[in-house]
Amino acid sequence: MKSHTLSLLVENQAGVLSRVAGMFSRRGFNIESLAVGTCEEPNMSRITIVVYGDDLQVEQVMKQANKLIEVVKVSDITQRESVARELALIKVVAETGTSRAEIMQIADIFRAQIVDVGTRTLVLQVVGDTKKIDALETLLRQYGITELVRTGKIAMLRGSKTVKSAK
Amino acid sequence: MKTGAKILIEALQREGVDTIFGYPGGSVLPIYDELYDSSIRHILVRHEQAAAHAADGYARASGRVGVCLATSGPGACNLVTGIATAYMDSVPVVALTGQVPTGMLGNDAFQESDITGITMPVTKHNYLVKNGADIGQVVREAFYIAGTGRPGPVLIDLPKDVTTNQMAGDGGDGGEVLLRGYQPTYRGHVRQIEKALALVGEAERPVIYAGGGVVHSNASAELLAFAERAAVPVTTTLMGLGSLPCDHPLNLGMLGMHGTAAANYAITESDLLLAVGVRFDDRVTGKLEAFAPNATIVHIDIDPAEIGKNKAVDVPIVGDVKTVLATMLERMQKHPQTEGWRNRVSGWKQRHPVTFPDDDHLRPQYVIRQLSDILKGEGIIVSEVGQNQMWTALHYCFRKPRTWLTSGGLGTMGYGFPAAIGAHFARPDMPVIDIAGDGSFQMNIQELGTVAQYDIPVKVFVLNNMFLGMVRQWQELFYDRRYSYTELPPVDFVGIAKAYGVDGIRVEEKDGVRPAIEAALAADGPFVLDFRIEREENVFPMAPAGAAINEMIGVHQE
Ligand SMILES: Cc1ncc(C[n+]2csc(CCOP(=O)(O)OP(=O)(O)O)c2C)c(N)n1
Repeated sequence: MKSHTLSLLVENQAGVLSRVAGMFSRRGFNIESLAVGTCEEPNMSRITIVVYGDDLQVEQVMKQANKLIEVVKVSDITQRESVARELALIKVVAETGTSRAEIMQIADIFRAQIVDVGTRTLVLQVVGDTKKIDALETLLRQYGITELVRTGKIAMLRGSKTVKSAK
Repeated sequence: MKTGAKILIEALQREGVDTIFGYPGGSVLPIYDELYDSSIRHILVRHEQAAAHAADGYARASGRVGVCLATSGPGACNLVTGIATAYMDSVPVVALTGQVPTGMLGNDAFQESDITGITMPVTKHNYLVKNGADIGQVVREAFYIAGTGRPGPVLIDLPKDVTTNQMAGDGGDGGEVLLRGYQPTYRGHVRQIEKALALVGEAERPVIYAGGGVVHSNASAELLAFAERAAVPVTTTLMGLGSLPCDHPLNLGMLGMHGTAAANYAITESDLLLAVGVRFDDRVTGKLEAFAPNATIVHIDIDPAEIGKNKAVDVPIVGDVKTVLATMLERMQKHPQTEGWRNRVSGWKQRHPVTFPDDDHLRPQYVIRQLSDILKGEGIIVSEVGQNQMWTALHYCFRKPRTWLTSGGLGTMGYGFPAAIGAHFARPDMPVIDIAGDGSFQMNIQELGTVAQYDIPVKVFVLNNMFLGMVRQWQELFYDRRYSYTELPPVDFVGIAKAYGVDGIRVEEKDGVRPAIEAALAADGPFVLDFRIEREENVFPMAPAGAAINEMIGVHQE
């Protein structure tokens, strides 16, 4: 059992997201993260889904996803050379004084940007793979995280390979 | 200028639709107004569930797409069981539903229900048409999707303003369908086919396990030719009955929970299993680890998701069963030496025939055998669900595909009677008989109104045991005979039929069986036979749920 990152190319029709998400949950999969948005082709979207399961289960759910009429292509890019990124916004308690300075130092190390400065809080924006964001979250927890949002992972194959199919 | 409803009807006509099973209501008034003087025949059922089952029966009997129609909200929701039934058995149905006007969608308007949301898990695809200009294209796609690849139901939800509004043009006449995300594979991979043939050539104890996919792909002739050329015994699933004549020497009958001893033993001892248009359902396999434990498995199916789903497969072949079997026949060079194996299998057949106590009691198996003897395969047999279904599967001799319609995957009580109505419109030349239990018949008994109104010559044979028999059987065998809520009080089915204007006979003695069947078949119109059968008759053989299929009750073990 392990996490699999699946990349789906889908037709951008009303309801396609609920069709895809519904199929995963109906077949017993818990979606760990899901990101969706338009892509390089008109009227198409890419969905990146992270699910947990053994190889056979994931192969089965990919085949089921492929059967959805609006799904054009499904790839498991876990084992392949790929880049994967997530973005998180983290609102952390930062009273003036040492903690504020420490947080800004940590942000610097993680190449996170401070996108909002409040009287009692800072909002950090960080981009990276899941591990990096988890690590930053752990470090910031001691100061008090009041809110955290993550986009869900998006991923892409390295080099000239793409997740596409013939038209 | 035309209304959306007119465009819809024209699109249906282009698809060759001759019959629609439906029930009207507010949001489909524009469609009904177009049907009023259309060449398409509309059959008014008495409950929308029956419309869906009738469309399903029409499709199974003919191989063409069946069509049903219901209003929004309650009408659409009443279709759901019928749609799910068709989905589980891969039956091509297009369901049309009315919907509240687009401007009111999502407002909990009167009789609004999110039927595309509700049916997402039980349709192959569905559409909510928000723009009249799309109707033609959507209808074209819906029929294409329903009827190709692995068939299945498709629902089209039509808001009232979309069918009411006037529009220029044809709403897109469809033309060729191009769906990037839907491109079924029909031809099997030649290298895989060669691998399979090599295995067949070497096999010592091969068995073909054939299912509903053979019927859907109209591959009976290819199956028969292949089985005969390779001299390989064949067992069929409940859904595959009729794809090989029951009395063919290579036919072992049905396998699985209520399968024959010969079929279940042969599977267990086989060294090569050719699985053709099947899905290794749990009612077939029993305990998975003990299913064909010594066999190399070749699996041919048009749906790649079925391959390896329940059981690991050695040689997968994705493709249309008919096309793949034809290619295999063309390329087959080496035949296996199966004479010894066939003798062994025949021995099982002889020692463990499907039997029943043929004494002077009125037993259901006798009724079915009499019917089988009279019809000689020239009829369409539909069943309900329960013991009636399994007795029919075991004791009726099916000789042709599409002459046996039953709800296998979902096991829907109440399927049979309306499906029989649909089958009649697909095959008006054939007698159509619904073999029912008293419980199942009462799930859609209101359709007596439909058969009376249109004088539809469907015959209902109620195997009346005054029990929910199959559940009672499980209670007898596994719950200490504690018959918890499975006894049904006697019902005068002939009286009910007569009240609807349908003729009928009650049969209480064995010698009344044959004359009653003859009378029912000779009658021009619908007919109900109420057979008061032995109340606690059981279905045997039976491999209990979770057991290996060769561990059958009702068979002395070998
Ligand atoms: C709609 C529905 N509800 C419940 C069941 C569960 N069930 C399976 S068989 C059966 C009994 C069927 O009784 P009857 O129609 O009288 O047929 P018999 O088994 O007596 O032939 C029941 C309740 C079902 N299959 N379908």
